[in-house]
Amino acid sequence: MITRLEDKDLKRQSRRQLLKLAPVAVLGVFAIPKVNDRLVAAGVRFSDWASDVMFRSQHPAPTFSNAEVAPFAEFPYNGYDVLDPEVDLEKWTLKVEGDVQHPGEYKLAQIQALPKINQNTRHICVEGWDVIGSFGGTRISDLLKLVGANTGARFLEVECADDYYESIDMASALHPQSLLCYEMYGQPLDRGHGAPLRLQMPTKLGYKQAKYLDTIRVTSVLKPDKTGYWEDQGYSWFGGL
Amino acid sequence: MSNGEQGNEQKNEGQNKEKKDAAPPPEPAPVAESCAIEITEMKAETPGEPAPVEPLANAEELELVRAAYEHPLAIRITHWVNAVSLFVMVTSGLRIFRAFPSFGPKIPEKDLLDIPKALTLGGWLGGALQWHFTFMWFFVASGLVYVAYQVISGHYRTMLFTPHDIPGVWPMARHYFFLGPKPPATGQYNALQKLAYTSTIGLGMLSLLTGIVLYKPAQFSWLAFLFGGFHLTRGWHFAAMCGFLAFIPGHLIMVLLHGWSNFFSMLSGWKRNPEYQE
Repeated sequence: MITRLEDKDLKRQSRRQLLKLAPVAVLGVFAIPKVNDRLVAAGVRFSDWASDVMFRSQHPAPTFSNAEVAPFAEFPYNGYDVLDPEVDLEKWTLKVEGDVQHPGEYKLAQIQALPKINQNTRHICVEGWDVIGSFGGTRISDLLKLVGANTGARFLEVECADDYYESIDMASALHPQSLLCYEMYGQPLDRGHGAPLRLQMPTKLGYKQAKYLDTIRVTSVLKPDKTGYWEDQGYSWFGGL
Repeated sequence: MSNGEQGNEQKNEGQNKEKKDAAPPPEPAPVAESCAIEITEMKAETPGEPAPVEPLANAEELELVRAAYEHPLAIRITHWVNAVSLFVMVTSGLRIFRAFPSFGPKIPEKDLLDIPKALTLGGWLGGALQWHFTFMWFFVASGLVYVAYQVISGHYRTMLFTPHDIPGVWPMARHYFFLGPKPPATGQYNALQKLAYTSTIGLGMLSLLTGIVLYKPAQFSWLAFLFGGFHLTRGWHFAAMCGFLAFIPGHLIMVLLHGWSNFFSMLSGWKRNPEYQE
């Protein structure tokens, strides 16, 4: 709609309207080098908060038929350091600590005595690749029941034989597809994939699926700078799918 | 500058008409005479050249400028927030893509292209993801507010491409490639502009939906069907970015070619001397 007005009025109007746009300049703080890394870290925390709110504890991740599973040879070995931290499989036990009634060391046989779940699910890497694999193990929730864990606690921390470490929210840990995995493709977990026990949660990204499990701790407090190997360097802590 | 001349002509025509409507010409002869005398006395600084009444009135009218308030505040804010966030999403997205520059399986991995680091933001995958996961909120918020405002205010009529605009696309494209005359301006945007701007809304929606599937494939598994499953969704997400990368250079070149007044209108809302009539 064309209007006709005096030049000074147009200039005044333009100036007023330009000033109204000024708040957008706040985005300029993202151009300040020493500030922006904290801002984007806060952005990830906000996204993690939203992801936590969005998470449905009973909603299953997609599962697949055996025909859709990638061949074992095409399931990548991924590790941050070594693929074989030389775990003594004979003497291995899982240490359970923290907010539980029966802390202590649990043998693999005790874990395998719990109900076994087989599932074909998609493993999604933060890098962008994905692969459908076949996994077998016991529900994390069943182990937590066995050890008398306080499931009202907020987190599960794990430590690994290769010094990797992770922590997850309790709701994700209790998800029915969240496994302590000791089998892939119907075979005992091999050393490269995390023998003898790893996390396998199709509602989480790959870096949350810690291998070579050594210790599980139930807690409501995370150490601020030790929430996960990659998370401490900037990855999303929630890492949820 | 033909544009400016044209504008002045239109301005004079329009203003004469408007002036007649607004202030009726002085009728009684004696009063008119006395007025004229007063004015000539005041203005007669160069003797022997009495200023006639008519040109003086015209000089006053020349102060009026044709202008249009083209971009409401909501559109300007969302445009600039979106521009910044799109820049961040593309550059950080390219950095994320570098971590796995393929659309196939991880084994065997076939890398498609090596994105130069200089074009990317974040420094490494984790840093790029932080930028991506922060600015996705600005990107989506600005997009949703923009679309909601356009629909509710009815302002979308200035920019939405409809079948009615199809015949105008080809003549405009010919003109831009120096192959034909410039079709007359009929509204705020020509048919090709409407096509481009409307397409970006489609690209934004594609980015959003594929982004949701990539970010939360378990929570929104049903959405992945739209894109042929999770694995192909990443390709669609990339394609949406390619669409934006096709739009942006054209958009920036046109802004450069159309000069300051046109660019400034996206800051102040007001455009001076628009090409179109009403």
